[in-house]
Amino acid sequence: MIRLEHVSKSFGGARVVDDVTLTIAPARTTALIGPSGSGKSTLLSMIVGLATPDEGEIEVESHLLTPLSAEKLRRLMGYVIQDGGLFPHLTARRNIELMARETGWPPERRAARLDALLCLTRFPAEALDRYPAELSGGQRQRVALMRALMLDPEILLMDEPLGALDPLIRADLQDDLADIFARLGKTVVIVTHDLGEAGFFAEQIVLMNHGRIVQQGRFADFVERPAEEFVARFVRASARRRADLPLRPEDAR
Amino acid sequence: MRPVLRLLLALLCLGACAREEQTDVRIGSKSFTESVILSDIVADLVAASGARVIRRPALGGTRLVWNALLSGEIDVYPEYTGTLRQEILAERRLANDREIAEALAELGLRMSLPLGFGNGYALGMRRDKAEALGVTTISDLARHPALVFGLSEELLARADGWPALRSAYGLADEEVRGLDHDIAYKGLVQGAIDVVDLYTTDPEVADRRILVLVDDRKLFAKNRAVLLYRADLEQRAPLAVAAMSRLQGRIDTAQMIAMNVAVKTGLRSEREAAANFVFAQFGVEAPTPSLSLVERVWRRTREHLFLVGVSLAAAILVAIPLGVAAAERPGLGHAILGLASVLQTIPSLALLVFMIPLLGIGAPPAIAALFLYSLLPIVRNVATGLTTIPRAIGDSAIAIGLSPWRRLLIIELPMASPEILAGLKTAAVINVGTATLGALIGAGGYGQPIFTGVRLDNFALILEGAIPAALLALAVQGLFDAIEPWVVPRGLRLKGSA
Repeated sequence: MIRLEHVSKSFGGARVVDDVTLTIAPARTTALIGPSGSGKSTLLSMIVGLATPDEGEIEVESHLLTPLSAEKLRRLMGYVIQDGGLFPHLTARRNIELMARETGWPPERRAARLDALLCLTRFPAEALDRYPAELSGGQRQRVALMRALMLDPEILLMDEPLGALDPLIRADLQDDLADIFARLGKTVVIVTHDLGEAGFFAEQIVLMNHGRIVQQGRFADFVERPAEEFVARFVRASARRRADLPLRPEDAR
Repeated sequence: MRPVLRLLLALLCLGACAREEQTDVRIGSKSFTESVILSDIVADLVAASGARVIRRPALGGTRLVWNALLSGEIDVYPEYTGTLRQEILAERRLANDREIAEALAELGLRMSLPLGFGNGYALGMRRDKAEALGVTTISDLARHPALVFGLSEELLARADGWPALRSAYGLADEEVRGLDHDIAYKGLVQGAIDVVDLYTTDPEVADRRILVLVDDRKLFAKNRAVLLYRADLEQRAPLAVAAMSRLQGRIDTAQMIAMNVAVKTGLRSEREAAANFVFAQFGVEAPTPSLSLVERVWRRTREHLFLVGVSLAAAILVAIPLGVAAAERPGLGHAILGLASVLQTIPSLALLVFMIPLLGIGAPPAIAALFLYSLLPIVRNVATGLTTIPRAIGDSAIAIGLSPWRRLLIIELPMASPEILAGLKTAAVINVGTATLGALIGAGGYGQPIFTGVRLDNFALILEGAIPAALLALAVQGLFDAIEPWVVPRGLRLKGSA
């Protein structure tokens, strides 16, 4: 479980996250959505300790997140970003095993865990000794996912993991990710600007705008009961881009 | 019994030593550079003739060395005809070289024919001023009575000095100042004084800013370098005398200046300067630097590699942490890079000279200067390499849970390795080139033959240093290219890697 209490963050005078209080339920998938600049990525980076809140507190698995505790708490969380953030000088295998090696896992344990992850992410074992530059975009994201899951963390944080992929690979990976989330039963927080994608993955959707939470709930809540005009506009704008989304709230029924 | 035995042994030894002294050729000199170089040249030639040489350089002033020759403590020393006539034998009022030789013969001494150069007075001006006024000879000075003269007290006092000069050339007597030679020389360079007197073999004469005025009425031409030796040497060691006679007319003024410069700037010892001269002029390999070409080059390679290796290793040890600090803290980074840039703008020679008061002469000041020069390329490239790591990768390294130290070690430094290696390569190549200047402050290396060659106008000697220096620079470049695959991870050398 992740708890945020009155969390605020400013960059250069601009308030990017403004007094956010949020509880992210365990063993479920939560989507953080909103237009660019709404503060959703900043919120995620504060949870993983890449940025420190100016005000408020963050608790991860009942531990208060501080600059001192961050290094330990990060090992309870897997983090995947848009283009994977793979280390280009390490092979796929080394990228995935990095933290297991750092924490001294014996080789048999690493190999067993790696096998399980290959199976889970449907990644070809023969590509493990390639470097990131030699992998396709979709393969890179699967490697990044395996790296995030290697130490079997309770929490998986994904910042627009599908943002840089072309539509076919994206759809393919969407299906696999939804399946993986369902099978793992972990606390997943996924950041996206796409309401349709959020609805596809998450039971809980949190919509942000100008650093504040505008509405949270299930996908249907957003379509049927938009909390304010902005939510309705966001839903309509998303619908224009996605044929599978209802055009007007009434059509969703 | 025993004390008696010892005494006997001591007497035997003394006898043996005394007998040996008869066949040795003892070569002395006065205690100034030019005299020491000349005595070493003589010693090298005499040694090459097969005689045993005992070197007694820098014994003292004129009177002391003269007395040593008279008493037989030394057999030979270099002297000047002017000094013989005006100082040593002044009361005899000798008119010319022949009369000097006759006077010496009465004392059981011989004087060689002149060695070639004369160490006498000359007048010098700043080249730019002289050219502006169209002055090239001392006669030309009479046309410019407003020029300020700064002459040594000695020249002003000597009967054959300023008074003779003024009457011979018809120079005006106003604006003549008597001052210390070194101060006069500084005044000349700064423009406060227009004309100074110089010794014709002073290192200043080689200074391109100074024009030595032609003594067109030959007033100063009579003070020539000669060798004085004991007459009995001709019986004791005829080969040695023959060897010395080879020097007659063989040392011209330019060569003597070059040797004085080389020694006075610390480029080489008197002995080395002499040996180089003897080798270049007579093909005689004198003991000190008479190593074979391969041995010479090998010795300089060792010296050069020592300078480069120590300074570069120290620079790497200091510059990599500095580069990391500069990348971590941008404010500190500006300060570090600014300081390193300022160091880089100091001309190499100036930096070397600045080091002398702190560290003396030889390898230490050269290594310190090379170390400072090597800092900037390394610090800059380490900092650039670290700060240009894509944000996503830097964030991932933090988010994955690595400690700052492990991040630096296994992610950041390997990712910056192409930049860092390029910086090391630049530093090393600059270092190899700049290290040649170390020879100017006595640190040896490839610069030594280069600079000696330049001063002595010996092209072969220049190549002896320049070719290995160029090859070493290429080798260093090649070495860095060769180690790149081992240092830079393969994943970073792939096409399309971010």
